[in-house]
Amino acid sequence: MYTQGLDQAGKEQREVAETADMLAAFQARIDAEEKIEAKDWMPEAYRRTLIRQISQHAHSEIIGMQPEGNWLTRAPSLKRKAILLAKVQDEAGHGLYLYSAAETLGVSRDQLVGDLLSGKAKYSSIFNYPTLSWADIGAVGWLVDGAAIMNQIPLCRCSYGPYARAMVRVCKEESFHQRQGFEIMLTLCRGTDEQKAMAQDALSRWWWPSLMMFGPNDSESKHSAQSMAWKIKRFTNDELRQKFVDVTVQQAEYLGISVPDKDLRFDESSGHHTFGEIDWQEFMDVIAGNGPCNKQRLEKRQAAHDDGAWVREAAQAYASKQAALAAA
Amino acid sequence: MTSDEALVAYTLRLADNALVLSQRMLETVAAEPELEEELAHANFALDFIGQARMLYTQAGELEGQGRSEDDLAFMRDENEFRNLLLLEQPNGHFGDALVRQFLFEAFYLHLLEALTRCTDEGLSAIAVRALKEVQYHFRHSSQWMIRLGDGTELSHARVQASLNNAWRYTGEMFVADEIDLAIQENHGGPDLASIQKLWRRDVEKTVAEATLTLPDDEWMASGGKQGQHSEHFGFLIAEMQYLQRSFPGATW
Repeated sequence: MYTQGLDQAGKEQREVAETADMLAAFQARIDAEEKIEAKDWMPEAYRRTLIRQISQHAHSEIIGMQPEGNWLTRAPSLKRKAILLAKVQDEAGHGLYLYSAAETLGVSRDQLVGDLLSGKAKYSSIFNYPTLSWADIGAVGWLVDGAAIMNQIPLCRCSYGPYARAMVRVCKEESFHQRQGFEIMLTLCRGTDEQKAMAQDALSRWWWPSLMMFGPNDSESKHSAQSMAWKIKRFTNDELRQKFVDVTVQQAEYLGISVPDKDLRFDESSGHHTFGEIDWQEFMDVIAGNGPCNKQRLEKRQAAHDDGAWVREAAQAYASKQAALAAA
Repeated sequence: MTSDEALVAYTLRLADNALVLSQRMLETVAAEPELEEELAHANFALDFIGQARMLYTQAGELEGQGRSEDDLAFMRDENEFRNLLLLEQPNGHFGDALVRQFLFEAFYLHLLEALTRCTDEGLSAIAVRALKEVQYHFRHSSQWMIRLGDGTELSHARVQASLNNAWRYTGEMFVADEIDLAIQENHGGPDLASIQKLWRRDVEKTVAEATLTLPDDEWMASGGKQGQHSEHFGFLIAEMQYLQRSFPGATW
C-alpha cells in the first residue's frame, strides 16, 4: 500500500551534481512549457518545493475533513447530509491523489504523514477555524472552496505533470463544492430572519481567514519568485486574492449579506475592489500553531492514527501470512 | 392493522435501520485507521443514507399524509423509530463497529434478496438497488473480519470480544412479529426463519475463516422493532434532529 521503495530512488537522484548547464537546460524545458515528469531530472530545490507544496495541499485536504465532518451528524436534511458526506469523501480522495503525486517525487506517504503529525509540515491555516453553525458549512464551501479554486485552477497548468493532472480532477470536484456551498448560503438568505442572521455571522467570521488563504503579500512571500520562474505558480498571491475579492463581493451582494470590511469599495478607475488590511498578526499566530483549533485538529488526527495502529498491524500480519502460504 | 398500514410500518423499519446505521457511521468519519478505509467507509455510509431516503419517501407516499423523507427522519420521537438495537450501539473501536456492520449486513443481504421478489413494486425496486450496494459492503466487512481475526494476537482478541458483545443483539433480527408476518403473507415478503439459516451459514463461514469462535446463543436483547431502544439512542436522535427541531418549518 505504501511505496517506501521510492525513497531510495530519490536518494540516488540527489547524488547527481547540479551543473549550470543542467539547470539551464531544465529552465529551458520549463520556458518551453514542457511538462516535467517523475523520471525526468530536476533540480533538488524544484523537487523539494513541490514536495512541500503538494504535501501541504494533501494535509489540508485531510485536516479539512474535520471542520466539515463536524456537521455530518447534524446536517438539517437527508439531502444535505448526503451532499456533505460526498464532499468530505471527495476531500479524502483528493488527499489520496495528492499523496500519490508527492510520492512520485521520492517520498513516502508514511514520511509525509509523520511530518504532519509531528507538526513539521503545515496545512492551510483556514482549517484551524471552527465551524460553529450550519451556515459555516455553506460559508466554507462558498468562500474556502472558492478561494481554493482560485489558487488551484492555475495549478492544472503547473510544470510538474503528475501534480497538474491530479489538480484537473481536484478542481472539477472543488467547483461542485463551491456551488453547493453557495446554494446553502442562498437557501439560508432566502429563509427566516434567524437563518439569514446565521449566514451573516458565518460570512463575518470566515471572510478574513479566507483572504489569508492566499498567503502573505507578494512583498513578503519568500517562495513566490522562484515558484513563478519554475511555473509551479502562475499568479502571485496578491493577484489571486484580488480576483477572489472581486468575484466574491458581488456574490455577497446577491445574497444580501455584508462583507465585514469598512474599507471595501469598488474602484472605478481600476475596475477592482479595494479592501482593508488583513490582520497579519492573526495569520502569523495561526501559522505558528496558535489558531482556535490547531491543537484540536492535530490531536484528532494523531488519535485516529494511534487508534488505527492495531488495525493496520493486523492487516499487515494477515497479508504476510497469506504471502507465506502462497509461497509455500 | 391493515395490510397497507403493515407495509408502511415495515418500510419505515427498513428506513430507520439504514438511517441509524449511517448516523453511527458518520461519527467516525475522519477517524478511520487508513485513508483508503476512509473512502470506503464514506461510500458505504452514503449508500445507507441513499437507501433511507428512498425508503422514507416510499413510506411517506404509502402513508398518504404528506410526510416527506425529512419529516420522517427528523420529526419523529425516539420511541417512533423501529430500527434494530444492534445498529444504534455506540461505535466503540474499529473492531466493534466492524462486527456491528458484518452481523447486520449478513442479515440485510438476504433480507433484501428476498424483498426483490416481494409483490410490492416500490419496495422490490428499492431492494434491487440496495442489494447491489450491500453485496459489496458485505464483501468488505467479511474481509476485515478475516484480517482482524487472523491478523495479530491483539486483533484476534479484540474482534472476538466485539463479536461476543454484539451477539446478544442478533436475535431480534429473526423474531417475526405481526408486521413481518403481514408482509410475508400479503406481499410475498421474507420468511425470517429461512433468512436466519442463510445468515447463520454465512456468519459461520467467515467466523471460521477468521479463526474466531461463534458465541453461544444465550440471552438476546429485543425491543428496537417495537420502539424500545437503548439509552444511547436518545442522544443519537437529539443530535441528528436538533436543527430541524430548533427552527420548525424552516427550509434548509
